[in-house]
Amino acid sequence: MLDNFVTPDLYPAAPELFLVTMAMVLIFVDLAFGEARRWIVGALTVATLVGAAVITVLTADGQSTLTFSNLFADDPLADFLKLLTYLSVIMVIIYGRGYLAERGLDKGEYYLLVLFATLGMMVMISAASFVTLYLGLELLSLSLYALVAIDRDSVRSTEAAMKYFVLGSMASGLLLYGMSMLYGATGTLEINGVAQAVMQMQAPKAIMVFGLVFTVAGIAFKLGLAPFHMWIPDVYHGAPTPITLLIGSAPKFAAFAMTIRLLVYGLLGLAIEWQKMMLIMAVISIGLGNLAAVAQTNLKRMLAYSAISHMGFMVLGLASGILSLPANPYVAVSAYSASLYYMVAYVLMSLGAFGVILLLSRNGHEAENLEDFKGLNQRSPVFAAVMLMLMFSMAGIPFFIGFFAKFSVLLTLIFAGHTVIAIAAVMFSLVGAFYYLRVVKLMYFDAPLDTAPLRCNLDLRIVLIANGIAVAWLGMFPDSVMVYCHEVMLSLIG
Amino acid sequence: MEFKAVIFYVFATVLIGAALRVITARNPVHAVLFLVLAFFNAAGIWMLLQAEFLAIALVMVYVGAVMVLFLFVVMMLDVNLERLRQGFWSYLPLGGMIGLLMAGEMALILGSTYFGAENFPGQDVAAGSSNTKELARLLFTKYAWPFEIASVILLVGIIGAVMLTLRKRGDSKAVNPLDQIKVKRNDRVRMVNMPFESDAPVSTESVVTAPKGE
Repeated sequence: MLDNFVTPDLYPAAPELFLVTMAMVLIFVDLAFGEARRWIVGALTVATLVGAAVITVLTADGQSTLTFSNLFADDPLADFLKLLTYLSVIMVIIYGRGYLAERGLDKGEYYLLVLFATLGMMVMISAASFVTLYLGLELLSLSLYALVAIDRDSVRSTEAAMKYFVLGSMASGLLLYGMSMLYGATGTLEINGVAQAVMQMQAPKAIMVFGLVFTVAGIAFKLGLAPFHMWIPDVYHGAPTPITLLIGSAPKFAAFAMTIRLLVYGLLGLAIEWQKMMLIMAVISIGLGNLAAVAQTNLKRMLAYSAISHMGFMVLGLASGILSLPANPYVAVSAYSASLYYMVAYVLMSLGAFGVILLLSRNGHEAENLEDFKGLNQRSPVFAAVMLMLMFSMAGIPFFIGFFAKFSVLLTLIFAGHTVIAIAAVMFSLVGAFYYLRVVKLMYFDAPLDTAPLRCNLDLRIVLIANGIAVAWLGMFPDSVMVYCHEVMLSLIG
Repeated sequence: MEFKAVIFYVFATVLIGAALRVITARNPVHAVLFLVLAFFNAAGIWMLLQAEFLAIALVMVYVGAVMVLFLFVVMMLDVNLERLRQGFWSYLPLGGMIGLLMAGEMALILGSTYFGAENFPGQDVAAGSSNTKELARLLFTKYAWPFEIASVILLVGIIGAVMLTLRKRGDSKAVNPLDQIKVKRNDRVRMVNMPFESDAPVSTESVVTAPKGE
């Protein structure tokens, strides 16, 4: 075996290799300069992510390449999702900087763990085998567990970290068990090989479906779908807000990649089975998320329940891709690109909403309750307008990005013949509109409780306004992103 | 039944019994010791499968290093077990029923129809080939990428552990010479404007303030 070994082609994995090298360098930079000049590590982290983005763009050739003995895939979907991941992690760092600095939490370890979490997401996005998928997931999860507990003297944070750790390990166990069953039935760990074995009906179906159930349960946990959503409200509420922002944004792309690679690519032959599971979970998530969010007075908890319902909506697209086997590529591509577009829209809105919470927070005061938003319009009309756009967009009011995302998902759902489910989803979103509009009412029609002037960094203000503009712009011209979503999905399936 | 099968069933029975005792033992030290027993039996089963490297690694790494550390931690911590186990017996009927139901359903599907030994014929291995060598070859050629990712995961573990546990002690009297050199007069002495003639005794403490950086 050693005789015919060829050194793997490192070129497709260049962004990962760059990022991991820079992370190692940053450990020493932090040791040498971290104490005296905190900004160096933060600036270098952002520079690393920008560098990785440049490398990703330069090495993108529109081809699907496998390397590292078919364990690593570099295709347009991976490049697209990686670029989105870098962008959202950079925004997380800019939004969270001031909050962390005021509380003395902007240690070098924070930036290192964020970089390693990003690496985990990239490994997941590029995974072509169960082994790499699982290792990427663990790298991401372990970094996030530690980050949730970063404020180690806060009882609420450590409790959230503990819950996240225990439930996350259990979900990883479920996923691993499902994967081991799929391996037992097909005899291969490579997702390509699994897809072929399923298509050629070589594998015993009972075992495949058995493994599928556990795999779907693991994926549902990572996406935060009901009934595997229990961790979401507690972790979103308990973690320091910049960490909540991180958990609620970039990892969603990695979880989406995991779903696409495992279910849509690897187990397409079992689509009829997993689509049913997805539909059930989606309807429960949308219903439960929207109804529970109405009762929340804490904005972080409210956004957590809203995340559950948004993930339900995203999954509706995945559940309406295949009408009959063999698959019709046109239907499948439009359904999966609608889901991808929904994911982009959700992450953009979620980043902005948590960004506004961070904007209003200052040392000793967490602006995470609904009443903190009272009279925001009098304190700062610009940021009230940004929040207004974000809330309208989340509620699905035209013409913001959230409306078009919901619209395209519902369109594929109706095309797949699930009209009743589409009507139920719209009804539950109407319930959801109540709590989004309540925030708008508090901002514009109530007197402010807190009249302290908003003071925050210039970079946060600029990025937040850009975020708000993006939500409005992409709502009016959705094609500018939809085209890419369609293209990458076409290259994967078509 | 051949001799190997008898040994397998002995190992398997003790393994499951020990694993059950891990979660039902009243004393955490006993639970850790039962876990060690479970690891030993798993190693025995691997040895039966001729995976001697995995068996030895399990005993060396898990029993020798990880569990000994674990035992230390459990002995050091003063865990009130009765409080932790509150509600164990009241949840047991429902939890046990669901568990048994799931185990039964899983057994129906996973019965020996698919995973029987006859479906997985053993591969012929050349005489004298070493298990350890083959594993090492695979690990450093085909699985080089996952191997590197696993090492990054270990690094994250180290960084996380340092971040969560390293504390600068507040009561430490150690001084930093660099800070001492850089000290300026204004850091140590505060000029106080006092009335020239006063009957009240002047406290000297208000003049000298604590040095900076402590």
